[in-house]
Amino acid sequence: MLRYALRRLAISALVLFGAATVVFFAMRQVDGDPAVNQLGPDADPAAVEALRREYGLDAAPVVQYVRFLQRAATFDFGDSFRLNDAATSLVLTHLTATAALAATAFTIAIVLGFALGALAATRPNGIVDRVVSVLSMLTQSLPSFWVGIMLILVFSRWLHLLPSSGAGSPAAMVMPAVTLALPLLSVVLRLVRSGLLDVLHEDYVVTARAKGLSETRVVGWHAMRNMLIPVVTVAGLEFGSLLGGAVIVETVFAWPGIGRLMTDAIAARDYSVVQACVITVAAVFIVINLVVDLLYVRLDPRVRESV
Amino acid sequence: MTDPVTASVALGTPGPPVEADTTGDDGRPAAVPRRPRRRRLRLWIPLGVIAGYVVAGLIGPVLARYDPIATSVTDRLRPPGSRLADGSLALLGTDQVGRDLLPQIMQGARVSILVGAATLLLAGVVGAAIGILCGYLGGVVDAVLMRLADIQLAFPSILLAVFVAAVLGSSVTNVVLTLSITTWPIFARVARAQTLATKSRDFANAARTLGAGSWHIVRHCVLPAVASPLMVIATVQLGFVIVAEASLSFLSLGIPPGTPSWGTTIANGRDYLASAWWIATIPGLVLALFVVCVGVLGDELRDRSDPNLSTR
Repeated sequence: MLRYALRRLAISALVLFGAATVVFFAMRQVDGDPAVNQLGPDADPAAVEALRREYGLDAAPVVQYVRFLQRAATFDFGDSFRLNDAATSLVLTHLTATAALAATAFTIAIVLGFALGALAATRPNGIVDRVVSVLSMLTQSLPSFWVGIMLILVFSRWLHLLPSSGAGSPAAMVMPAVTLALPLLSVVLRLVRSGLLDVLHEDYVVTARAKGLSETRVVGWHAMRNMLIPVVTVAGLEFGSLLGGAVIVETVFAWPGIGRLMTDAIAARDYSVVQACVITVAAVFIVINLVVDLLYVRLDPRVRESV
Repeated sequence: MTDPVTASVALGTPGPPVEADTTGDDGRPAAVPRRPRRRRLRLWIPLGVIAGYVVAGLIGPVLARYDPIATSVTDRLRPPGSRLADGSLALLGTDQVGRDLLPQIMQGARVSILVGAATLLLAGVVGAAIGILCGYLGGVVDAVLMRLADIQLAFPSILLAVFVAAVLGSSVTNVVLTLSITTWPIFARVARAQTLATKSRDFANAARTLGAGSWHIVRHCVLPAVASPLMVIATVQLGFVIVAEASLSFLSLGIPPGTPSWGTTIANGRDYLASAWWIATIPGLVLALFVVCVGVLGDELRDRSDPNLSTR
């Protein structure tokens, strides 16, 4: 177990280093110079040159790269070229906003997913099951940016119930969180439904029924308990993809999260912020994957024996 | 870091798919029971709708020419079914500069289908080649390339696509490249698993004993076994690729402004939600119908090619 954990940790470090290297050199292949971008196309060449020197962009790429790695090791990614702040602090404030959104969406998906999945599984091919399965197919295939816009249309423009953008109030969280939760909701729901259908014929479920327990107690307690681990494992891995979906949802709802920070920074050629964003997001993924994998090994005795 | 869905698809198909309900225990065709009507509908309805989109994408832009720079001030933001200044009928309404939405959407169908097909072809061929290579050779090549695929699959593809698209710049070719970069590992995994399962089966060993070289075995034993699951995966992926293209275009990182894509039209409509709901709504519905049909078709093909994978 320890050896496995150490090996995974070493690979993770390597991946993070790889991501840092790729993003550093890839950003420098993008057309457009940050200094020109900031001062405008008609700027005085001398001023552009001075700004480039201030950003350290006049050095050879390799020198810049080494400098970047040295500073990155101390979580210093330099200052934003565009916003008057350090890249690290920008990323941290925006990451908090994204984390709040993702956590809410995750909770919605898990709670609704278990409830609807259990409801569908108790009467396979019943009306509820059919409705739920159509809904789950729709939520999985509809593009989230369009779902978000439709929610804005209905709940902000027509019904005037919820604000269409911003992050000021709890009400502003509702639509972005629901939009973000939908794809994950359909994953959780399918897992719960098929998992329950598998165990509902097992002997211990039959025994529980024979004891005269109510159906709610059989499904909700005896059967459900056995599925928590696999469902939560998959959902944990999917937490990463929530952060991916956040890029789109944050753009639709003008949510001040890391996805929007990154797309804006890419558009403005704000190297330091892009680098900080990519490395942070990569680190978050790696940590989530690592934790879920290790937990899984820890929880399942069969897997524990094999590593 | 294994994706349970692709892993199970990859491991679940040990050979060329055999339609279980059409063969008896002895392997010879038994009396073929007709598929239930619902099952047949699940194949033909989506196929029909998809064919409709292909036709609309192919000949629509020829019949109703779309002019990206034409503007007509009097025809701005007209609701669906309006008569325009030149007497023509705007069945789906007009956009913020007075362009008819229907030709725009048909042009969008063309772009989406083109990008989808090209991406799947590129990602499929490259992914299959890498997967077969890894599965057949094993060793260091396998370890390095598959680890790369694992790492890439652990990242959400849309985030990677946003980054790659930003680095490459927006053009139709670059969208295809971007999406191919994000989808190849799925094909590679399936091809690899399939190759591993096939390369040591009796017929492959027999060919080897008879002196067949690696190339012959790959071509005649492995490829036929790899092809059909890859086709299924390609159908399943088509929906994701089209949504990804629309999302990139929505973020203005995809198809450049001159060519209308569903994603860009929806993005335009976002600013006119209060006054003209149809600009964002209709292309979205068109996109959604297409993706749902592709999804149903993909599920149905998967169920048919491998009954063990049946999800219901």
